[in-house]
Amino acid sequence: MSLLSFEKKYRVRGGTLIGGDLFDFWVGPFYVGFFGVSTAFFTILGTALILIGASQGDTWNVWQINIAPPDLSYGLGVAPLDEGGLWQLITICATGAFGSWALRQVEISRKLGMGLHIPFAFSFAILAYVTLVIIRPVLLGAWGHGFPYGILSHLDWVSNVGYQFLHFHYNPAHMIAITFFFTTAMALSMHGSLILMASDPAEGEKVKTGEHENTFFRDDIGYSIGALGIHRLGLFLALSAAWWSALCIVLSGPFWTKGWPEWWNWWLELPIWN
Amino acid sequence: MKIFNSLKAVGLMVAGCLFLAACENPPPEAVQRGYRGVGQELLYNPDALSEAIANNQVPAPQPPIPAGGPKAGDIYENVEVLGDLSVGEFTRLMVAITEWVSPEEGCNYCHVDEGFQYDTKYTKKVARVMIAMTQKANVAWGDHVGGAGVTCYTCHRGQNIPEYVWATDPGRPHPPGVMTAGQNIASVNAAYSSLPNDSFSLYLEGDEEKAKDLPWRVAGRTALPNGNAANVKETEWIYSLMMHFSDSLGVNCTHCHNTRAFYDWEQSSPERVRAWHGIRMVREMNNDYINPTTDWLPDHRKGPLGDPLKVNCATCHQGAYQPLLGANMVNDYPNLAKYTVAAPTTDVGEEAEAAAESEENTEGMTAGN
Repeated sequence: MSLLSFEKKYRVRGGTLIGGDLFDFWVGPFYVGFFGVSTAFFTILGTALILIGASQGDTWNVWQINIAPPDLSYGLGVAPLDEGGLWQLITICATGAFGSWALRQVEISRKLGMGLHIPFAFSFAILAYVTLVIIRPVLLGAWGHGFPYGILSHLDWVSNVGYQFLHFHYNPAHMIAITFFFTTAMALSMHGSLILMASDPAEGEKVKTGEHENTFFRDDIGYSIGALGIHRLGLFLALSAAWWSALCIVLSGPFWTKGWPEWWNWWLELPIWN
Repeated sequence: MKIFNSLKAVGLMVAGCLFLAACENPPPEAVQRGYRGVGQELLYNPDALSEAIANNQVPAPQPPIPAGGPKAGDIYENVEVLGDLSVGEFTRLMVAITEWVSPEEGCNYCHVDEGFQYDTKYTKKVARVMIAMTQKANVAWGDHVGGAGVTCYTCHRGQNIPEYVWATDPGRPHPPGVMTAGQNIASVNAAYSSLPNDSFSLYLEGDEEKAKDLPWRVAGRTALPNGNAANVKETEWIYSLMMHFSDSLGVNCTHCHNTRAFYDWEQSSPERVRAWHGIRMVREMNNDYINPTTDWLPDHRKGPLGDPLKVNCATCHQGAYQPLLGANMVNDYPNLAKYTVAAPTTDVGEEAEAAAESEENTEGMTAGN
């Protein structure tokens, strides 16, 4: 990847969180930093462990490779490598790699004197993962509650965990999360199409302005959230989707052990009609 | 400033989740039901668990009676089912039944003062049917009740009518123009879901031959929906029944199934086979023992549509994966575990076994339901 002529001027020293000047340099287009090194370390080690785990399984079919967490009987202890220990190490590596990546984003933001919106946003994705394989298992008292690493096996886990609560669509946080996911998709598609209809006009037409964009939505729904606002809204919607989906699974088990339909009995038991 | 706004937003989210989560505290008790990581687990709130243990203690057995002595049928008049017992055993069982079913009313719940032989009260006739039903369950349905067996106490628990029984459910009154279609009323029968509120009338009674054609197996066997004729309504019927299974046993779907392939016996737990026999046992109880009482049962012992109160999973299980958490009471009352009159002409247990085998053999060939 070629270096843009003006890019050099942004390649400033400093702003690192850790390691001072030690890794404060670029490799090609990529900023390294201490957290670039730790990202690479955890990624390479974790991937190698996945390959080792796959080699101990009975298939190289990429869909069926399965590296499972320990039996519940191991609780929050350490399991032998081929009985879930690999899963534990891979979980550490994945968490380390994701966290390092977020902190590397912080360092880059600091170099550029920008806000921390991107690492903040990315941390919600990390939160969702950490909730599934660390927070919820710790709350439930066993690493075995984490999901297995495998394309099909993790889907089997999703299915069974859903059915542990009889009907997961009755989970209120799941409802909210789904609503945010769909709303995120709708907002992004409306925003994307609005930008394209203004900036990518037909042959011979002029590029339209922000006023066109605002006017479209004022005519359409009586209100335009504006150029900055749509991005705040988009960020809010997307982060809410991740937040509520993490919440809906951490509630399931640690804070609610029955079927989710039954949770709604608070509604039936309201003193208004009960 | 912006970061404070973000923190406020996060704070609101946390408050929201606490509101939603105002239910139970971690950690629950967990039971692993399948290979590690597959997510086949049962989760139990420790408080609910100790409550269940307290609710499922069995009463102390009546002191044993020396063997021998004249038979009840020779001494007493009008003893139809238990005539083969010695007078001592007969009396001991009567005392136990009184403790199990009518501890407050005593003998007079069934008997009249003019003489214990008279069938004046309907309850005495019901008791006769129930004793025969209990014996049949213990003798012929070992595939379901084996290990623990059943007694009157399994269902009655000191009450005249077991706490969990069912009759055909007409639904709730609703405004004209609103079709409830037998669902959408948060019924306990469907574990409070919107699924059909009376799957029992469909699956747990009725003609045995027709039962085979009911929508039991609605899940497709192929990745793509090829040839599965089950419709949504049919699917919801069986899901409703399955919700009842889970709710009655205090378990979830993964107790029996690996939900990646509900239909597959290979991936299911042995408990699913037990449940398979249980369905047939319950249907026999309702068809052969309870429904025939309709003619002479008083109205106040019937449901809103005039059918008697019947048996489903909850009647015995009452929220426990095994009734009374697997405690064996029948060993203390062996007369409830054998036929004390001539055995019924057909052994339904054997028939069911044969049917199970033939069904399992054709399992792979039948698509859809």
